[in-house]
Parts: sequence; C-alpha cells; structure tokens
Amino acid sequence: MGTSFGRGGATDFPGDIVNSDVIVIEGSNMAECHPVAFRWVMKARERGATLIHVDPRFTRTSAVSDIHVPIRAGSDIAFLGGIIRYIIENERYFKDYVVHYTNAPAIINKDFKDTEDLDGLFSGWQKDKGHYQTRTWMYEDVDPEPAGGERESEAAKKGQPIQRQPIQAEHTDLTLQHPRCVFQIVKRHYSRYTPEMVEETCGIPKQLFLKVAETLCRNSGRERTGVFIYAVGWTQHSVGVQYIRAAAIMQLLLGNMGRPGGGVIALRGHASIQGSTDIPTLYNLLPGYLPMPKAKHDKDLETYLKLNQSPSGWWGEYTKYFVSLMKAWYGPAATQQNDWCYNYLPTLTGDHSHMNTVVDMADGTVKGYFVMGENPVAGSMHGALQRKGLRQLDWLVVRDFQLTETADFWREAPEIERGEVKPQDIATEVFFFPAAAHTEKDGSFTNTQRLLQWHHKAIDPPGDARSELDFIFKLGRRLKRLYQYEYADPRNWPIRDLIWDYPTQGPLEEPDAEAVLHEINGYTVHDGKPVEGFTSLKEDGSTACGAWIYSGCYRGGVNMTARRKPHWEQNWVAPEWGWAWPHNRRILYNRASADPQGQPWSERKALVWWDEKKQQWTGHDVPDFIVERPPDYRPGKEARGKDTISGIDPFVMQSDGKGWIFVPTGLQDGPLPTHYEPQESVIQNPLYGQQCNPERMEWMRKDNPYHQPYNDPRFPYLITTYRLTEHHTAGGMSRWLSWLSELQPEMFCEVSPELAKECKLKNGGWATIRTMRGEIEARVLVTNRIPPLRIKGRIIHQIGLPYHWSSKGLIRGDAANELIGFVADPNVSIQESKAFTGMIEPGRKSKGRRHVTSGRLVKKLPGREQDRDLPQARHKPETSHGFKAMETKEGNV
Amino acid sequence: MDGETNNAAGLWPVLRQLAKGDILGLGDSAASPRTGSLEARTTHADKVVASVCPYCAVGCGQLVYVKDKKIIDIEGDPRSPLSHGCLCPKGAATFQLVTGSHRVSHVLYRRPYGTKWETIPLETAMDMVADRVKKTRDANWEDKDKKGNPLRRTMAIAHLGGATLDNEENYLIKKLFTSLGIVQIENQARI
Amino acid sequence: MPGQPQAAPVKGFFTDTTLCIGCKACEVACKQWNQLPDDGFLFTGMSYDNTAHLGASTWRHVAFIERPAPLHPQNEGAFSWLFSSDVCKHCARAGCLEACPTGAIIRTEFGSVYVQPDVCNGCGYCIVSCPFGVIDRREEDGRAWKCTLCYDRLRADMQPACAKSCPTESIQFGNLEDLRKQARERVEKLHSQGMREAYLYGESAASQPGTEGLHAFFLLVDKPEVYNLPPDPIVPTKTVKDAWTAMAAGALGIALAALGAAFFAHKNGAQS
Repeated sequence: MGTSFGRGGATDFPGDIVNSDVIVIEGSNMAECHPVAFRWVMKARERGATLIHVDPRFTRTSAVSDIHVPIRAGSDIAFLGGIIRYIIENERYFKDYVVHYTNAPAIINKDFKDTEDLDGLFSGWQKDKGHYQTRTWMYEDVDPEPAGGERESEAAKKGQPIQRQPIQAEHTDLTLQHPRCVFQIVKRHYSRYTPEMVEETCGIPKQLFLKVAETLCRNSGRERTGVFIYAVGWTQHSVGVQYIRAAAIMQLLLGNMGRPGGGVIALRGHASIQGSTDIPTLYNLLPGYLPMPKAKHDKDLETYLKLNQSPSGWWGEYTKYFVSLMKAWYGPAATQQNDWCYNYLPTLTGDHSHMNTVVDMADGTVKGYFVMGENPVAGSMHGALQRKGLRQLDWLVVRDFQLTETADFWREAPEIERGEVKPQDIATEVFFFPAAAHTEKDGSFTNTQRLLQWHHKAIDPPGDARSELDFIFKLGRRLKRLYQYEYADPRNWPIRDLIWDYPTQGPLEEPDAEAVLHEINGYTVHDGKPVEGFTSLKEDGSTACGAWIYSGCYRGGVNMTARRKPHWEQNWVAPEWGWAWPHNRRILYNRASADPQGQPWSERKALVWWDEKKQQWTGHDVPDFIVERPPDYRPGKEARGKDTISGIDPFVMQSDGKGWIFVPTGLQDGPLPTHYEPQESVIQNPLYGQQCNPERMEWMRKDNPYHQPYNDPRFPYLITTYRLTEHHTAGGMSRWLSWLSELQPEMFCEVSPELAKECKLKNGGWATIRTMRGEIEARVLVTNRIPPLRIKGRIIHQIGLPYHWSSKGLIRGDAANELIGFVADPNVSIQESKAFTGMIEPGRKSKGRRHVTSGRLVKKLPGREQDRDLPQARHKPETSHGFKAMETKEGNV
Repeated sequence: MDGETNNAAGLWPVLRQLAKGDILGLGDSAASPRTGSLEARTTHADKVVASVCPYCAVGCGQLVYVKDKKIIDIEGDPRSPLSHGCLCPKGAATFQLVTGSHRVSHVLYRRPYGTKWETIPLETAMDMVADRVKKTRDANWEDKDKKGNPLRRTMAIAHLGGATLDNEENYLIKKLFTSLGIVQIENQARI
Repeated sequence: MPGQPQAAPVKGFFTDTTLCIGCKACEVACKQWNQLPDDGFLFTGMSYDNTAHLGASTWRHVAFIERPAPLHPQNEGAFSWLFSSDVCKHCARAGCLEACPTGAIIRTEFGSVYVQPDVCNGCGYCIVSCPFGVIDRREEDGRAWKCTLCYDRLRADMQPACAKSCPTESIQFGNLEDLRKQARERVEKLHSQGMREAYLYGESAASQPGTEGLHAFFLLVDKPEVYNLPPDPIVPTKTVKDAWTAMAAGALGIALAALGAAFFAHKNGAQS
C-alpha cells in the first residue's frame, strides 16, 4: 500500500465499515479470522450494504455474504485486472477524483514498454542481473527517485553527484487521452483481461464476474463508497504486493480512498504486527520506516540523507526524524560533528530477511539466535529446513509461555522420531526463558488500524517469567558491563554510548514501559519534556524521538494510548480511544473525502472539509493534511519539501501528492500488477509467455526442491493454506488450551466430494498429502465448500489445509508448513504459502519423511525449470535479491 | 452436625418445600443456601484492569479482574469502540492462556549434545546469554566489505519475533541489537 | 442471603441464526465464566462441529449445517452453510424441573431453570425428561449440569457470558417480552427482504404448546430437525399432568409423615 498511497498501513478502521455500501473481502476470511471486526461488516449488511467474498473456499465469511466468488488460488490479479478493465471500458470511474487525486494524467517515459509489448515483461529487464532497471517506468523527463525509500538511483550507483528533482509529473494530460498517460497505459495493460479471460484464468463464470463488477461500480461515486479488505491470503504469494496494488488501482479509479466506508483495510494476525513494523523488528528499517543504511551506497551521513530525503512531499523532513532518532539512541554522544553517530549503525549488503537467515543458519554462518514469541518450526514455511538451521547453531534463546516446537526441535521432530537425527549429535545450546503474559506487564500494542492501545499490568508474572522489556533491558545492562573495559575499540562505542537508563520499579526491578513510550514519543533534549508531535522535531539535535510516526502518543506527558473514553460518549471515529499514528488520524488521506474545492463530495459521505471562515480543514476526523493549506494553493517551481504539497494533493506522503495508479518507482517487479502464475501451478499462464513473476525470490538449493512450473504429473492438485477461528497462527497460543483445542482438535484437509471420489478419500478418514519437501497426514473433511473449478474445460481440484498443528501441545498433528518450499515476493520477502501443488492419497501413508533429512521422496523428472521464465529472464544469479522497497510485511504493502 | 435449626432453609430441600407449601417444587423456595447467596465472582474483585486482547490485531478491549493477586476473570470491555465488549473464542479463552497449567515458570537449559532439559536460575541464564552474545559478536565482527565499504556488524547473531510483543519491547530490541551490530532482526510480518 | 429475591422480569435469549457466523465465542465464553472442562478432543467429520451436542460440560453448542440449497436472497449459489448456537431453552414448562425428585432444579426469579449442584444427587430423572436432550450428567461427579442463564451474573446485573461475547449479536439477551417483540419484527423484516423461510421456533406457548414456550427461542431458516431440534417437543410430564396433580395430594400426606420422621431424626442427631 505504501507505494500506491504513501504509507504502509490500513487506510481505514473496521468500525467505519458500517458506512460502506459494498464490501469486498478477498484474500481474507474475515468472519473466521477477525470475528469481532466482522461485527461491523454484519452491521453494514443490516444497513443494506452488499457483501462480496472472493475465495477458493466457501467459508464462514462466504456463508453470510451476498455473493461468494470461488476463485483459483493464485489468480487474483487476473480477476482484479478484469474489474479494472470493466471500470475503464464502461467509463465507470469517478472522473473528477481520478483526474485530480491520482497520477492517471501523468505522462510516462517514452521508452516504457508494457507487458503487452514484451509478452509478460516490462521494459528494463537486465538479463545479466536478473533484475529490472526501472528508469523507463518513470514520468517523462523526471530523474528516478522513489517514494521515501529506494536509494538505487543510477547516478548514485556510479558515484556521480546526485542532482535530484521532485518526482512529480512534468507533463500531464487532464483529458486522459495522451497515449502515454498513465490512464491510457493502464487501459491497454488490462485490455485482454476480459470476462472470458477471467473465466479461463480464475475459473469464475462470466456472469458471476459481471455481477461483481457491476455491483462495485454501482456502489461508488459521490454518494456511495466501497471498501476492500484483505489479509495474508493476498500477501503470501510470489506476486503478493501486486495483488494489493491491483486493489489500490481499483479503489483509486472508483474514488474510494480517504472517504467514509472506503479504503483498503489490511487485517493483521498478531496483536502488534503493525507495531512491529512501525517500530520494526525488521532488518531493513529503522523506526518510522527510515531505511537502514546500505554498505554500497550510504557511505556517510550526507549521502544517506541525500538518498533518502525527498525533495518533495513529506519525506522532505527526513533529516529531522533521523537526527532525533540518533539523539534518542545515543544522547549527548550524537553531535553534528560526528554525524549524529551515523557510523554507529551497521549496514546492509542485500536481503537479510527471515528466509535468508534460515538458509545462512543451515549453512553454518549464523551462530546465535533469539526467538521471542514466535514459533518458526510450526509457523514458517519448510519446517524441516528451519530445524536444519537450528541444528547448526551454537546457541538458541527461546522466550515463550511453554516449550514450543522451536524450543524442543532437538527432542521432538519428524527426523528425530525417524532416527535420522539424534539429540546427542546436536551441538546447539538451548535456553528457554518463560515469558510474561500481556496481563503481567505494561505496554502498548498497535492494532490493524494503526491504533496504539495500552494494556496495564494486572499481576506479577509467575516464577522466573519476565517480560521481553525486562529481558532485553537487563541483557543490555549486562553487555554494557561486559564491554566496559573494551571501549577503546570504536566498534564498541555504540554500546558505550547507548542511552539505557530507564527507571525501574517494583520488587522485580522491571523497567518502566511508560518511560520507553516517552522516548518513542520524543522530547526536547534540554529539559526532557515530551514533544507535541513530529512537527516539533528538529534537525539541530535539540530534540530526541524514538519513532517519529508515533510522536504525539505521549503529548503533554499524558499516555494517549491509555485513553479509554467509552464509545457512547464520542462519534463513530472515536478519537479519544487510544491513539492512532499519524497524529491520531483515523481515516488516512481524508482530504480526498472533499472535492478539489474542499467541500464534501456529498453530505452522505462527508468526513473533512475546508472551513472558509476559519481558513482551515475541519470535520469528523483529524484532517490528514496540512491543516491551514487552502484547496487553491499551488506550489511554485522552486518549492521544496512540504511546500510542494498543493491544495489538491491528498496523498501527502507521496512525492507528488497523488494516489499512484501507476508506480513509477519503488517496486521491483513492475509498475502495474500483472497476472503471473504461482511458482508451482496447475496451469500454464493463459495471458503471457512469462509464467511466473520474473523478480520472484527463489532458493535453488538441494534442500529446497521445487515442482515443475505447471502440469507436474506427480503433483496434480492445487493446495492452499489458512487459519481457523478456533486457533491462532502456529498454535502457540491455542493448542495448549483445552477450550480452544476441543473445538478443532485435529489437523484436517478439506476436499470436494469430486476429489474424494477421484482419490478414494473418506470423510472422517485419513489422507496423506505430499510435496517434494515432505509428507504429512491429516483427517479428511469432504465438503462442497471447496468446489472444483472448470478452467478451459478442465477440472481443477483444490485442497485446503489449515496450518495450526504441529508436534507439541494438548492436541497434535502434522504441520502444513512442512510441505511448503522457500519462494517469495521480491518486494517484501514474504513467502508463497497460499498456492502450491501437491499430491493426496487415502490412508496414513506418511513415514514422516522430509526431503532435508530423508532424501528424495518422489521420483525425479526431467527439469522444466526454464518454463517458468521467458528466455531473456532465465538463469538469474541465485539468491541475489538486492534491496527492498521501504515497506515490509504481512500486508504492510 | 452443626446444631439444631428451625430454619426451613437449612433443611433437605423436599422438607423445605413442604414447609413452604410449594408442593410442586417449582418456585424459589427450593433454593439452597448456596443458591441463595450466589454471586458473580467478579463482584468482589480487588481491581479491574483495562487491557487489550493478545491474539489477533483487531485489538478488542479486555477487562482483567484480580482478586488476591490472582486473575479471576477476563472478559470484553464494553467501552471499546472497536469491540463493544465482544470477544471471539480465542479472546474469550484468554483467561486460560494466562492462568493455564501449560505455562512454564522456570528457566530451562539444554546443554550441547544434551538429551534433557535442566532447570537453572534466571540470573545465571542471563549471564550465560550475555556471555554468548559477546563471544559470538567479538569472534564474528565484520568491519568492511571487500571493497572497503563500511559494514560495522555481525552476521552471526539473528533475532526473530516481535508481532506478539509490545511496541516498547520491539523498540528496545531494535535499539540494543542494532547497536550491537546485529542486522538480521525479523518478525512475523514476513510470514 | 437466604431470603426472597425480588421478582424480576422474565429474562431469556433470542438466538437469531441469520446473524451467526459460527465463531463459537459463545461456547468458550461460557466455559470461561463457568470454568467448565473440555469435552474431549475428537474430530467428528461433521463440518466444523467437534463438540457435537450440548452436554454436561458444553452449555452452548454451535451447529454447522452444510446444505446443498441456496438461502435466498442472502446467497445465490447452490449451497449454503447454516450456523446456530444452541442452548438450554429454559422452557416455560420445564420437564427437567418437573421430573427432579430432589428439588435440585428450581425456577429462579428471572424465570430461568437452574440446577443447584449442591442439591443434585445425580439420579438422572431430569435427563430423560428434557425433550431437547439438553441436561446431562457429568461422568466425573455424577451430577446433572446445564446452562444456568448465568444466574450468578444476572444477580450482579451482568448479561450472560455467551450473549456478551457474541460478536454479531446473534445471541440477544433481555426481557423475554421485549425479545419476542424484536424477534417478530426481525422475521417481518427478513420476509420483506425475500427470506421467506425465516420463522421463530418456540417463541410462545401458542407456537409450541408442548413446552408452553421457550425462554431461549430461535430464529431459523430451515426445518427444526435440520438444526437437531425436535419439530414438536413435548415435556413428558405435560402428558401426565392430570395424573400428577391427583397424585400430589397423596404425596403430600406421605411427605408430611416423612417430615415428622425427619424432624425426629434431626433432633436425635443433634443430641447424639
């Protein structure tokens, strides 16, 4: 989402869904995975909204939907592309919105070539590097520079002085007729995504498709709005980011962004998954989406800032945020003379994300590993490879409530049971620390709508259980002691100068979480007083701030995240419950809820508007705009930074203030979503010669075998994975509880009666499911809820697998993730676990074999690897994935 | 025997019914003393603490009832604009999550090539981990790459986890580990 | 107390199955509040229903019905999936209560039917007298258990745990008379929207004479038996009502004799 709108966060909150006229849930099973947020969908439905659920399975969400659209897993872009084509061909887009608030009128570089010209590739493919060079995707006559993140400008690579200009279209055509304007490019790009093609690709009958498209169009415009809701059903694909981009394009064309009942909502699966991206436990980011320095480019602070500070839009303020962060971390040691301790930061040399760390572990270069509140052996793909990695470590620290599969990998695992690996041969030293629960510590979670909510400590943790805050704080104190005699070495200066003096409290001497929140909020250095918000931050070192986007959460010394004014005492936006970033704004880009003159598009959909008398923006929500900037303000040529944001630029984080229908920079795999098949598919790409995303991340390793790209006779069925209401992700918080375990006690697979007949599977019986990575067993649930699809006269069967179970807990079963190989989206390194191929047979035939330790499970076939790519995209350098765009995550894209 | 009584309420129910003339036994006269004094266990809680559901990211409000330093009940917070007091089955099971017997309360240690867990003191374990971090970092430091670009890091230590933790915890993890030169810091966001 | 609780308006549940999403929050919220044990970890193969039926330790149970038929106008496919959260009906004429020989089962001031665990001796007469198969004996302690309508919570002016947790307001709790009115309006609304199948199950004595009406009634869209509910439930004691009333006088005589004997024994016990 970041590349389309400017920020990687849900643009609206679930409570606002009650204002929607049409709700599309796709890539999410909201009723099952987010039942309480689904409350608002049900309320909208009662108010007359139409609910559409697009999913391979008929789920509990489909059961209460007006329309369920069964779709082949992994074909969503073809479906969404079809709708985009429908909107354009039938002129159903919201013209005033599209012309003023999106980059549809922008004219693109004359050397740009579309996938229509190159059979599935865009211009700029570099055969030797296996990557796109994205210059031709840029606006005409503009030098490339991405939205607040990407640093790989060509000039920088060559070490030339950087002459950057704002990324704003130099040439536009407000009539949208110019053949190289974004609108016309998009029109042509999707011209073959016809209802017939959608039927052939997705298995969705033409009439059903047309009904959905028409319903969407009918429910948008001045008076009506629709919302798109997705979750990991979209992100966990090798083209995941582009799925979300396709929805973003639709929502921009229909004029649904920034308006009540509109937007794109990402539903996240963990209590603070948004928080752990905002204040990232992620390799490529510093707090507040500031990129980590890159070894190759960011040689010094000056270069780093130059490459990250955008000359236009909000990222013009970059230096203030970075300097304030360094002041928060290194205090008085950070001075202008020493570049604010810039050279204390480690640098990146490529993709250091989870899957690469795991293969490095398996290859022996990682020695020590901390795992806190996560269970990768059950929850991450390719469990056997994960365990292989853990076996090569010198030491492992696991923090959790109980011994998870990850903590016990050396005693309980398929390869241990088979005797292929013996505990007495595993050198890894393992520490298990019991963790405190949320009821045993103070702290804040950031939920799916960017809302920070404080939870208060109710009781002390039991025994030696401690919070992560306590653990990391005391580990830091110990390390400062251990290093105190080695401070002569510059490599230890960051430890010496690290500000680590949080006050402690209680008999356990736990650090005060509110003191940490105070630092995150930011303060003026001379008196320690909390700043009011990020607009108070300075680049002269007089302010410190741990995460600029959270600045304001401790305004005036008040813990805003702990505010709990009852909903019945405020409006539906509920601004006095908790605190949302940025600046407590609840619906992002809400300037777009008003027309270019600043008045609501309609009374029914009013949200914020320009108050002519007061000369400021006002309304039901906090305006996501410069409050005093009038609608008729237009910047001059010389304007820089925030001054470049005109009165009709609702997307203030974008360098041109517009919603990006076409992404000229910031994405690795193309400016427009294009249908590619999953790494392992049941059919050949019906649209292009290029079968898969050419930029997808692959790991060509012996312990990570792939099936043939399509029509693999050994693996004829399409498999998709998912969660159930009754369990939580990898099961660490549900499989040990009797009340949840009894509701879904055993691992099962869902198959249609037709597939059951074909494979002789019996309801309630057992089945064995196999891929090249491993084999698992599951109980069989035969159901009409996972219908076979008809594609080009051929019947495509899909198998559904929930992924909650593993080898420990009150209830045990095989883990679906044992089947899945490493392959990922190039922009965010998220794995493809929602669509892959496999085999199913009746009975308990698994011997617990895993390719990693047992060798080949199925007979070898001649490789057809090359069929995944056109000739010019073949033979890419292995595991060389370059740098990522700024956003990351399960949906934070 | 706890002594004589004329109070019919203390009697065998049938006798009590008869004494009250409720021959069909359908009225409240059949209430036992336990029934008579039945109360919600939350009524006498020492405190009610505002909290947030720890499962998914909807962020439903929870109220945690505490008596004698023990949690006696966890249910939805009706004030929350997000959840209006509702919880899903997982949220409703939070009480069992935090009070259940599955929770381990001691630090466990598995030595290299070991075949069993051993209990060790928390302080000892913390010292050992700090020691491992220092040794691994010192032995695997990268100052510059082959071309002389600054690296200032160790690739021998990695971290995973954060989406189930608090913002303050993620902040300290990132702050400390980055300052140690650890770059492979990851969480569930990529899962 | 003990004493005479104030008579309160009759309370009940209206479970609107068209709003149910089958999340089972009600099952867990009930177990949590009432601290109930699990019912075993068995995969049934019956859709997503693994607790199978109401029982001694499962006082809310969600039924999952996969039908090869559409549900107009909600879903136009050839298939629909119905969910319904079942519970003790707290019948106006309660078979369990009438069959209980120990007085363990009482009618509370809220009009609900409550089993007093300190009185129940596990005879099991109630179990065969429930036309819905709700009440059940727990293996471990031999006593009969079922939904209490959260009697303890009602005393504290709190709503039952299941209704409170229900994310979609499929389970509504309130004054029975209000619920009946709401329910009738709901049916009318659904009919006007084209869902002709919607009807109320057990909302009044007139519609369900065999129980004289349910204090926990339902809005259904298919035949009761589809939801594992009896189409025409009759409280067994109802058919022998006349006989029972005639017997009562005789029983009174016997009981009075017993009373005398008990007092006698009581006194002796106290003296010994």
